[in-house]
Formats: sequence, structure tokens, C-alpha cells
Amino acid sequence: MNQPLLTVEALRKRYGAVEVLKGISFDLAPGETLSLIGPSGSGKSTCLRCLNYLERPTGGTILLGSERIGQLPVKGGGFRLMNDRELAPQRIEIGMVFQGFYLWPHLSVRDNVALGPIRAAGMPRAEAHELAEEMLDKVHLRHKADEYPERLSGGQQQRVAIARALAQRPKLILFDEPTSALDPELVGEVLGVIRELAQEGRSMILVTHEIRFARDVADRVIFMDGGHIVEQGTPADVIDRPQVERTRNFLGQVAGAPAVVR
Amino acid sequence: MASLETFARILATLAQGAWVALQVAAGAFVLAATLGLVLAVCATFGRSRWLRWAIAAYVEWMRNVPALAHLFLLYFGLASLGLRLSPLFAAVVGLGLVGATVLCDLFAAALKSLHVGQREAALSVGLTPLRTLRHVLLPQALRVSLPSLGNYVSQLVKDTSIASAIAAPEVMFFARNLVTSTFETTLIYLVAMLLYAAMILPIGWAFARTERRLEAHR
Repeated sequence: MNQPLLTVEALRKRYGAVEVLKGISFDLAPGETLSLIGPSGSGKSTCLRCLNYLERPTGGTILLGSERIGQLPVKGGGFRLMNDRELAPQRIEIGMVFQGFYLWPHLSVRDNVALGPIRAAGMPRAEAHELAEEMLDKVHLRHKADEYPERLSGGQQQRVAIARALAQRPKLILFDEPTSALDPELVGEVLGVIRELAQEGRSMILVTHEIRFARDVADRVIFMDGGHIVEQGTPADVIDRPQVERTRNFLGQVAGAPAVVR
Repeated sequence: MASLETFARILATLAQGAWVALQVAAGAFVLAATLGLVLAVCATFGRSRWLRWAIAAYVEWMRNVPALAHLFLLYFGLASLGLRLSPLFAAVVGLGLVGATVLCDLFAAALKSLHVGQREAALSVGLTPLRTLRHVLLPQALRVSLPSLGNYVSQLVKDTSIASAIAAPEVMFFARNLVTSTFETTLIYLVAMLLYAAMILPIGWAFARTERRLEAHR
């Protein structure tokens, strides 16, 4: 197996007395699409948010290639956490798509996509606008470049948010329940775009409740519960032939999940 | 009855004061907006608990003491310690320091009204916290606070009148001097009022217009 793109080791997150992540380890090969599934409160979103340090983990390491994310070595051994300014260059390499889109309402669609390239990567304005149009093309919204986010449907807003993440030219894209805030009839267009990205061979991690979709597009699935990884493997293994009782129970409860084959 | 000549003299003198009032208001606004913005950002995002406490204490203090008392302290108080400020400078600093707390509250509330996702999205595309503030949070916060900002500026122009108490040569200062020399009391104060209205109405219009403009393109 070639060198993993992402290596997560013994990731822990504690809020006061509550430990939400109890030592999560996995890796991601370049070009792989990984899906994190599990009940609410299982820690899958927290896990995803730790990967770009929007949440500061309380333990463990994250390597992107061979680069250690969010931590700097200190004299005399050990590491300290980076602050947001120090994290900025690393975050360019990790795109993120949120459940709530979070487009910036005061900027046009084009400027939403171009802001990162201009202000984070230092790209000249004209070039960034060209890049923005190109990325908007990928999500089939080039014609909306001059609109403001408020004028778009939820599905369109989420696609712009995907274009914004693509414009970072990231090594890895994180999707945090990208369709959970959408009306049912708008889910399809967003999933369609994500599927196209997966087929392009982008490296992606997708937290989702859309089990059927996860089975279709993911190369690998991780089922989490109670802050642990319960089961992982190919979609066929985890979703169609789960080995563990807890996975079976969860899949049985999720509407739209395929009948569990024993 | 006042002659036309007296009226012209009153108007000319008070207009001079109005110009000074606008200068004081502008100076105080720049100080208040700059300091208020810095304080609001520190109060909202500052990690030092001590700093946040100090800002809250400053804001609370200014809120509960009349501006006139601050002007007296700056002008007469410092003079008695040997530091003599000009009335205009004392007025700008006094009104500016009071205004900073008003605007600090206003900007802080506006910043807090933004969804945390706005900031997280900016950080996640790789913006530094400062650029996140500059390009994502502040433009939105200013928009949210625009109506209250308009009210504040109008109030500020009115409040320049208290600078007359430290002999700053603004509208009410000249008005009182004219009363003692011409005894056209009613006329003088009416003209003073008209001048204030003439200064403040356009400010309100300008803010309303800007708001409409910003609304329109969304």
C-alpha cells in the first residue's frame, strides 16, 4: 500500500468530564473517499472537525502526508498546539463543507469562491476570479457567479460552498453532513456533485446520514458509536454485512437503509 | 424687533460654532469608532479574561457617569494638575472616550449576532484570524450596526453642545455670548436649534440611503 494521505492516530477529544472521542485511529489513501457513519452523538462530526483543528483535539496526532497538523515541536521535546494564525496555511490544504453552508452573505458567489485564493493563498485577483468560475463550473453554477448567496436555494448554496472548498486546491475535502440542512428535493443535486468529485479521484471524508449514498460513493466506511470506531471496511462489508451488533442495530433504524443481510 | 442685520450677525456667528461642532463631532467619532472597534474585537475574541474584564469595567464606568463630568475632569481637572488641554481637544477626547464605549457595545453585539459558522468557514479556507475579521466578520457586523451607528452619530452632534461648558467655541457657546450682548434670546436659540437640525438631518438621510443601497444588492 502506498503512503497514506492522511493518518489519524489515537485522536481524543474531551469537553470537561465528557470524552467524545476515545482514541480514533484510521488512515486515508490518496484518492480515496471515506464515509463516517453512526448515530447522533457518536463523535463523527467532532472527529471531522478535529481534522482541520476547528476543534482542538485533546490527544492524538493527525498527519497530512508527512506534515503534522495543528502541532509544533517545542524545544526540549513534545509538541504544542498551533494557534489559528499558525494553522491558516495548513487549513488551505484541507477543504471543508459545512452542514449549514456558511456562505458569506456580503459577498457575491464569485467573491465567496475567490476570497480564499486571494486572501489566504495570495493569488492575483484576476486569476482567482478565473479559478472561481472554473470551480463554479464544476458544481454547475457558473451562471450564478454574480448573484448573492441569499438569492440561491439551499442546494445551490451548498454547491457554491463546495466550489469554495475546491478553490483552495485542497489535498483533502471534509464534508460535514452536507445534505442534512436541505429540503429533501434539493439533496440530490448536492449528492450528485459529491459523487462527481469522488469519481474524479479526490480524497474526501464524508460524514453523512445518507447511508445509501455512502454505500454508493465511498471506497471505505467507518461506523462510529460512543466515541469509538466500531467497525470499518468496504461499504459492502460494513453496510451490507455488518459484523457487530451495534452496527446492525443502527443500520436497522436508519430509514432508507438496505435490509440487513446476515 | 431684531433687524435683518442682527439676524445675519447671529447666523454668521452661530454658523461658525456649527463648523466647530462638526469638527468636534468628526474627531470624537474617529476616536470612538477606532477605539470602540478595537475594544469590541478584544471583548469578543480576546482570550485574556483579565482584558475582557477590564473592557467591561471601562464600558460600565463610562455608561454610568455623565459626559459633562468627563469633560470637566479632562479640562479643569487636568489643568489643576498642570496639564492644560485646549477646550476643543478636551471635547474631542472626552466625547470620543465616552463614544468608544457606546460603539464597543454596539460592535460587540453585532459581532456576536453573526453565526460562528461564518468565522469557521473563513478559518477553514485558510484565512488568518485578522483577515477573517477584516474580510468576513467586520463587513457583516458594520452592516448590522449601521442603523444604530446613525443614531449614535446624530446624538454625538447634539452632545457637542455640552462642550460649551468648557468654553469650546461651538454653537451653544456663541449663542450664550450673543444673548448677553444682544438680548435677542428667543431668536438666537431658535437659530441655534435650526442649525443643529440642519447638521443632523442630512446625517440621518445619509445613513438611511446607505442602508437602502446595501439592502438593494442582496
